[in-house]
Amino acid sequence: MSRWRDLVLLVLVLEALPASAQSRFGFGRAPTQGEIAAWDIDVRPDGHGVRAGRGTVTHGQEIYDTRCATCHGTFGESNAYMVIAGGVRAEDLKSGRAAGLRSPDVMRTLGNKLNYATTLWDYINRAMPWTEPQSLSVDEVYAVTAYVLYLNEIVPAGFELTNENLLTLKMPNRDGLTRQHGMGSVAAKPDVQGSSCMHDCGPEPKITSQMPAFALNDHGNLRAQFRPIGPLATIDSAQRETRPVQGATHAGGDGSAREILARHACMSCHGFDRALIGPAFKDIALRYRERGDAANYLMEKIRKGGAGAWGPVPMPGQTTIKEDEVITVVQWIISGPRDGQ
Amino acid sequence: MGRLPLVRGRIVAAPENHLTTVQIDAARSARRAVLAGAAALMAAPVARAQAPADPEPVPPWTRGLGAPVATNGYGGPSPFEANVQRRQSPGLTRTGQSSVSFTPLQSLFGIVTPSGVHFERHHSGMPEVDPAQHKLLVHGLVERARMFSMNDLMRFPSVSRFHFIECGANSGMEWSNVAVPTVQYTHGMLACSEFTGVLLSTLLGEVGIDKQRAKYILAEGADGSALTRTIPLEFALDDVLVVYGQNGEMLRPENGYPLRLLVPGVQGISNVKWLRRIEVGDQPWNTREESLHYIDLMPDGTHRQYTWIQEVKSVITAPSGGQVLLDRGYYEITGLAWSGRGRIARVDVCTDGGRNWKAARLQQPVLTKCLTRFRADWRWDGAPALLQSRAVDERGSVQPTLAQLRAVRGTRSIHHNNGIKTWRVGADGEVSNVQVA
Repeated sequence: MSRWRDLVLLVLVLEALPASAQSRFGFGRAPTQGEIAAWDIDVRPDGHGVRAGRGTVTHGQEIYDTRCATCHGTFGESNAYMVIAGGVRAEDLKSGRAAGLRSPDVMRTLGNKLNYATTLWDYINRAMPWTEPQSLSVDEVYAVTAYVLYLNEIVPAGFELTNENLLTLKMPNRDGLTRQHGMGSVAAKPDVQGSSCMHDCGPEPKITSQMPAFALNDHGNLRAQFRPIGPLATIDSAQRETRPVQGATHAGGDGSAREILARHACMSCHGFDRALIGPAFKDIALRYRERGDAANYLMEKIRKGGAGAWGPVPMPGQTTIKEDEVITVVQWIISGPRDGQ
Repeated sequence: MGRLPLVRGRIVAAPENHLTTVQIDAARSARRAVLAGAAALMAAPVARAQAPADPEPVPPWTRGLGAPVATNGYGGPSPFEANVQRRQSPGLTRTGQSSVSFTPLQSLFGIVTPSGVHFERHHSGMPEVDPAQHKLLVHGLVERARMFSMNDLMRFPSVSRFHFIECGANSGMEWSNVAVPTVQYTHGMLACSEFTGVLLSTLLGEVGIDKQRAKYILAEGADGSALTRTIPLEFALDDVLVVYGQNGEMLRPENGYPLRLLVPGVQGISNVKWLRRIEVGDQPWNTREESLHYIDLMPDGTHRQYTWIQEVKSVITAPSGGQVLLDRGYYEITGLAWSGRGRIARVDVCTDGGRNWKAARLQQPVLTKCLTRFRADWRWDGAPALLQSRAVDERGSVQPTLAQLRAVRGTRSIHHNNGIKTWRVGADGEVSNVQVA
């Protein structure tokens, strides 16, 4: 009888075993060498994944000026995106700590934050240029990395970055990152704990900051952002607004020129009335709309990009924008664009 | 229920069936036309200027035939719910492709975030991934690297679990002064779903990890940013999921269709979307998203790195910023609590800015690393009030005040702001975003 019971128990235990404890499922297949080579692109500070190659600051500048400066600025000052140069002091290279980060007045940049150059190489290689990731060759990635390091005064103008000196190069903030905190494991203790006091806790609260009245409508009319039924009403913040409404946005694919411009990130370089990295749409309209071939000219410019018409910073060709979208945008430009239309 | 004395310009409730939404809009635009050019700073009462419409005891939808079944094959909210939208915070980012949209927490019930309003964070835009071509490579310090198709992955034993995802930068705009008006923008990089997929431990068992050397994994996305994050093996073998299902359907494209990583309790960035590769390694990768971004600046100029865990936190979603209490009397104070370290043990609420607290009711079930809905009863006496909630998790961690956080971390760390949130109720019933000390 006890043998029968043991047998029943054994069957129950086997049934209850988690799948991972059983033999393999045998799903999936071995990857090909080509698949691994194409996907396994990560580079670690210890040299894991580093590719053989080299590139000079000079070559890097040529690539940067044509492929990167559009977004990051000629000197890495980056009007639109994270500042990639500056904030580094000569003594930081010796100390291994970007001392400026102690001060709230010093801008946080790639140069004074990053601890290893390998990470810069890895990121340019996997994700840049933003609109055409993984389009640079290995040597081009070395060259652009070298130029960004040069912009931060970490390497001299005559420098050549190679797969060997990439690993020994010392970044200004190499010792500025710490893992001494409680957020690395569930078992560790949080660094800040609240109080469990229930009654007569602390002094009378004082309001130290409140929503400025002039900013109440900056996210659009709040009444349009809450369900109109329920136990509580909503403030009609548009009634408090004394300035032109900007409005919070939510996604919409209505095919309008504005929507197409937003979807293709055109507005990161072109303003309506104001030149940003590229010319203002209003100025483009003024210059070209009397031209007989304005539509064809502008469509070609959007598709192929170019430089020199407005300044030295080139516009990359827009390859993902569809034919009918180009037409909509060009008609909108020629008709004289205004903000909000 | 005592009605407040009428104050000029104060919002008052309209009588039942007083005006339809369409009529309210018409009244509002009519008033705008009248007030155009005037310094119309006062809050005009809703619809009070209009004559009451005749009440219609039998509404039109009772006196006719409705639409047939399958009018909309995948359904959608009522057109009257159009205000409930993911929204961007103007000026926060320069492009929509590297940006964030916020969950409308003020309009949601319970703990589940409808998939259509789950907050978004893209780094190189939202790709359209063909599931028939999508694959997951698992390799590195393993006995046999494997390439899995979606068919392969969906054939493994599956699990469904409720978990929250919170961006590490949620409430980041609150580290300094008050700058945004509603809970959508203060706490809306937060969502909670039922996720379905295969345990990562199952896949790692399938490929056979090198138990002597393996310490971390790298997860990589298939989008243009090929986003990468390091995850400790301790997490990977515990409760990390490789997810394809969300709230009963496939993942939405915004949330990683067809495959994402789900690292319960860990900051949003680690829950890599459009997951295409997992590499097993012996040390962390120091990727861009863990050495240049998603690091937390301390007052001494150091940055904390690999701050994975989202600490215990809560927020009142009603009454919250932008709302108005129309009458004195009963209100339900309700909100959400969560912890990256486990279950919520209790939530206290107060109406006096932190002086006197009482325990809130927790909606069951209370799940680990999951949103918990809390509720408390309140009778508003018409006096100004400061509403707060304070969560405690099962490991005994107590949600700190913003002042306690700042005393240790300063105001520049961007991420991991789990401070107690304060909403001020004015004598006029308006609820606004404030900070107290």
